[in-house]
Amino acid sequence: MSHQQPEPVQVIKQRRDAALSALVASLPYVQFLGVQFERRGDELTAIMPYREVLVGNPLLPALHGGAIAAFLEISAIIELSWMGLWDDVENGSVTINDLASGQARALPKTIDFSVDYLRSGLPRDAYARARVNRSGRRYASVHVEAWQDNKTRLFAQATGHFLMPERG
Amino acid sequence: MTQSKLERARAFFDAIPHAHALGMEIGTFEGGIATMSMPYDTRFIGDPKTGVIHGGAVFALLDTCCGLAVVSHPDQKGITATIDLRVDYMRPASPNQRIRAEATCYNVTRSVAFVRAVALDDNDDKPVATATGTFVTGGEE
Repeated sequence: MSHQQPEPVQVIKQRRDAALSALVASLPYVQFLGVQFERRGDELTAIMPYREVLVGNPLLPALHGGAIAAFLEISAIIELSWMGLWDDVENGSVTINDLASGQARALPKTIDFSVDYLRSGLPRDAYARARVNRSGRRYASVHVEAWQDNKTRLFAQATGHFLMPERG
Repeated sequence: MTQSKLERARAFFDAIPHAHALGMEIGTFEGGIATMSMPYDTRFIGDPKTGVIHGGAVFALLDTCCGLAVVSHPDQKGITATIDLRVDYMRPASPNQRIRAEATCYNVTRSVAFVRAVALDDNDDKPVATATGTFVTGGEE
């Protein structure tokens, strides 16, 4: 009886991390806001390191509602794209170069996005995780939660609907 | 709105770092109605395949313009903060065109201001996005 050797863990990690970085790096507005992603298996955490250009109220100071909304929307879009890309990255039908060029696959399009501002955004790093509550052939519904110092005290949450790209 | 309140509001909005980073410009604001605009910039692109700017940039413009509309309302004394905002994206904004926003603060209570807004590019007939939201009222003059 013979069975295939599993891939070395470093090879798997390197492939997945490179794919995620290439996807994130291909989106100019994600770079403009300085949003980064960390991966644990298929779970993603978005991070928006604090910078002064993100401030909306310099008197408090507090993060701009628009920067917070964009951060949450980016979390949702990357989560949906990542879910859709996972199998193709694993079987090699989408390469790192495809992702880096930004031409790998059409992105989900936001239909609507609704943000709840629960507390003012403090001048420090923010974190977000998106949960895809439904993903059909055409539409997806995603909920995003964001926090700063304390994960049990969310400072913003959002729900959005997305039009999924046609699968070729 | 008194001249001094108008000047203070303009000074506050001109000093918002994120609005400055996005190149936002104030148009007019008076009596609960405000207009603002934002240039097309390749750094704001959300979809590299099409060059269309990210929804988050349009959201930021709408949020700021809605806040300005609240501040310009005669019943609102100080600055404000967003409680919630929903944006509907009707169509992609055309690349290389400026985005304009028009916001109306149509009701103010003791604690809440109700606002709606629209975002347009060069095509006045078909909005790029619409927004509806609530904002904090009250505060110091």
